[in-house]
Amino acid sequence: MTIEIEAAPSVQLSRVADSETHGENSPYFAGWKAYDENPYNEVSNPSGVIQMGLAENQVSFDLLEEYLEKHSEASTWGKGAPGFRENALFQDYHGLITFRKAMASFMEEIRGGRAKFDPERVVLTAGATAANELLTFIIADPGDALLVPTPYYPGFDRDLRWRTGVKIVPIVCDSSNNFQITTQALEAAYELAKSMNIRVRGVLITNPSNPLGATISRSVLEDILDFTTKKNIHLVSDEIYSGSVFSPSEFVSVAEVLEAREYKGSERVHIVYSLSKDLGLPGFRVGTIYSYNDKVVTTARRMSSFTLISSQTQHLLACMLSDKKFAKKYVEINRARLRERYERIITGLRSAGIECLKGNAGLFCWMNLSPLLEKPTREGELDLWRTMLHELKLNISPGSSCHCSEPGWFRVCFANMSEHTLEVALDRIHKYMDQRRT
Amino acid sequence: MTRTRHSRSRSPDPEEDSKPTTSSSSSSGGGTAMRVIVPLQGVVQGRGGLVLGSVIPCALFYFLQLYLKRNRSRKPPPPSPSSSAEHLPEVPGLQRTLSRAHLSPRGPGGPAHVSGRVNAILRSGDSPDSVGEKKYLEDTYDERSNPDGVIQLGLAENKVGLDLVRNWMVENGRGVMLGDELSISGITNYQPFDGLMELKVAVAKFMSQAVEGAVSFNPSQIVLTTGASAAIEMLSFCIADAGNAFLVPTPYNPSFDCDLKWRSGVEIIPAPCRSADGFSLSVTALDRAFSQAKKRGVKVRGIVISNPSDPVGSLPNREALYSLLDFATEKNIHIICNEVFVGSTHGEGFLSMAEVAESEDFDRSRVHIVYSLSEDLSLVGFNVGVVYSFNQNVVAAAKKLVRFSSISSPTQRVLVSLLTDTRFTQNFIRISRERLRKMCMGFIEGLKQLGIECMTGSGGSYCWADMSGLIRSYSEKGELELWDKLLNTAKIKVTPGSICHCIEPGWFRFCFTALTDKDVPLVMERLQKVAETCKSRS
Repeated sequence: MTIEIEAAPSVQLSRVADSETHGENSPYFAGWKAYDENPYNEVSNPSGVIQMGLAENQVSFDLLEEYLEKHSEASTWGKGAPGFRENALFQDYHGLITFRKAMASFMEEIRGGRAKFDPERVVLTAGATAANELLTFIIADPGDALLVPTPYYPGFDRDLRWRTGVKIVPIVCDSSNNFQITTQALEAAYELAKSMNIRVRGVLITNPSNPLGATISRSVLEDILDFTTKKNIHLVSDEIYSGSVFSPSEFVSVAEVLEAREYKGSERVHIVYSLSKDLGLPGFRVGTIYSYNDKVVTTARRMSSFTLISSQTQHLLACMLSDKKFAKKYVEINRARLRERYERIITGLRSAGIECLKGNAGLFCWMNLSPLLEKPTREGELDLWRTMLHELKLNISPGSSCHCSEPGWFRVCFANMSEHTLEVALDRIHKYMDQRRT
Repeated sequence: MTRTRHSRSRSPDPEEDSKPTTSSSSSSGGGTAMRVIVPLQGVVQGRGGLVLGSVIPCALFYFLQLYLKRNRSRKPPPPSPSSSAEHLPEVPGLQRTLSRAHLSPRGPGGPAHVSGRVNAILRSGDSPDSVGEKKYLEDTYDERSNPDGVIQLGLAENKVGLDLVRNWMVENGRGVMLGDELSISGITNYQPFDGLMELKVAVAKFMSQAVEGAVSFNPSQIVLTTGASAAIEMLSFCIADAGNAFLVPTPYNPSFDCDLKWRSGVEIIPAPCRSADGFSLSVTALDRAFSQAKKRGVKVRGIVISNPSDPVGSLPNREALYSLLDFATEKNIHIICNEVFVGSTHGEGFLSMAEVAESEDFDRSRVHIVYSLSEDLSLVGFNVGVVYSFNQNVVAAAKKLVRFSSISSPTQRVLVSLLTDTRFTQNFIRISRERLRKMCMGFIEGLKQLGIECMTGSGGSYCWADMSGLIRSYSEKGELELWDKLLNTAKIKVTPGSICHCIEPGWFRFCFTALTDKDVPLVMERLQKVAETCKSRS
């Protein structure tokens, strides 16, 4: 039976259904379309579009595979039939306690044991996308605003605003201080919202930052925490790249800062985490909210009934992550490989005459192409982006889709491809830069 | 259809002031009229229209209620930025571990604001369902280790076919997820959020099988998500704006209160059905509810029903579904139909809304079906819900929204294998239905022996029982007293009709699919003790 296509559907849909806030028509997603139509393949399509706009981690996949092969109990039903019963019937939105414990312990491992996490405060969601939206539903009403430092992950426009009706007011950061968040910028954003009669309910930071690929320093975290305390608003720290920091000592989680403050004011703080980036398992749809606020935990848990993780997946990951030896090994090796990739791309770009922001984390680098712009404007940047996409056949993300205040910056992902593909991409960039010079 | 979840805390709209009579309304103003007139009518005369002798006193009563209500302080509806309080009162019973107890009502000393929704959700933790659930979890019945524990009859935990699924999993489980090369490659990276095409194809086939080929479901009209709740909420967001309303015949599945309303800000306007009509769908009631909404300036966007109806367990016939479609067409609104296929018919006569929508010259673009795989397949831990829509714009919108509730890929892979094993699925459907039939008959018979009549449906995994003979006062209060006795004395957790918004007190829903054959006599025994104490008093 085919769906009838009518000229004008006689029955109306909602504003949410009709709105463009899902953002799928922006350049960020348009590049993906070009890639889908002509995807690069080492063998069959070596001149296709190389996808450098997708922050996916494929560098440590073999470690996961190896683990699963050796530990078949993870992928069956908990030691045969009896385990299945518990798994299958555990439809509780509290989630398997073994999995929550495993998540808490993994989060501790990533932070080198510098912060403790209580499994009772772990709320499970189907991905960080759902976690961020859920928290927004809880801490803000429609028409309220969250302050988010720019540049930020383009998906926030959708995740934080679409169904929630909440607004984003940007905390403008710029290259003069490496895009770090300052108290002045926080105050300015707050005042801007106030002048528009919009109530600010919280600040949402990503640490390490997407798209900057850099961690937030301890002193900046302290400033942000002081600011949110002063204004009595929430602080959401999206730490989904925390396991992808190249050097463990360089990452400070807001959890550590809170611990040092003896949890004073912690009921305003919530952490979002996911296994999509660090473990390279975006298909598994595993996210968590960790909140220091009891009300938020209780509410989030009930709301998570709309975004559940299957108990089978929980069981599998519980086995894997509570294996401390494996978890430790994985995190170490993953970090080292990412660092290698990062250094390769930075060196490669540098030798082509392109500089990047000094980064220390994540699956991407923040590239500065402003010297190449014809006009130092958003249009100039989009022109350059189109050139990169159609001439060099590289899909990279323009800074304007990340709401960057300065044109010419681009996010380039390096972890979702083989080493060979990365070389091909760098080669294309070299050729292009040589061409420009002549 | 019941959704399977522990610790569910669903309740009627918690912003409502406590009601003197059985609540049938979760809205203000016009709802008051319904609450007063209909129960009186039920008492005075079971059928037919309003009798003059009851209209006048009803009208007077109505105006008195309205006057009293206006003069009571009212809480503002949740999604209204201007009325959200800066400080929300502390919710009793919550542990305070790391957070500080701020007692000052306003200013920087108080806790950071949380949205209006939060209070409603937290308050629902005090509902009978939550209280019962808590008690059940603390003192769960187990045949061997805890024979005096609380027996769960409040949720459709479908254990009926569990052993079949379990055996399949044990035989086929391992290879299935990892695939032939024992590798997880292909399932770790980003997948289409609305589900793997192969799973959609498999689900469509299974759904067809379950309705014995009466409908051929089209995979491209399917959006897969993490459970029926997510599916219903998604449709709510697609077809209604905050402040709009859905008409829902009562009694209805309490989870609708969360799924349709919580985050979407959409209202439910009840269309009460009566035992005299077998609680069957009444277009008259829908029409009345629609007009009331119109008077209040509330825009109705759709009707939401369950098929089989939950909690009643009846199966709407072709005529009923046709008149529903006619009504929806006339008012130009949507229909959301929450269907259960396998567990729906152990008698005869299940008719899917899909079949009706396809068979006639209706504007199908207003019909959307929610189907919960987990409900039918005893795979509740896997939580798979299906949105099936005849409207391509709704499918497109749902495909974008489903990124917030996408199913884990390894789970999808397992399900593909399970559902494409036609030998298994046919067997499963046949055996499950047989067992359900037996269970249902046994249960109804057992209740009959205790003098308790059920609305005999051929559908659903529950009985809708009239226990009004056992309640002291014919009111919600009386009903809840009985519910409490059942929970704390008989140690059985059941669902009282009031949280299903039934306008007639004394009805209870018993889900029997969590029981084994051995448990049924035990339940009857416990019920008998309570029944005796109730009768001896009256």
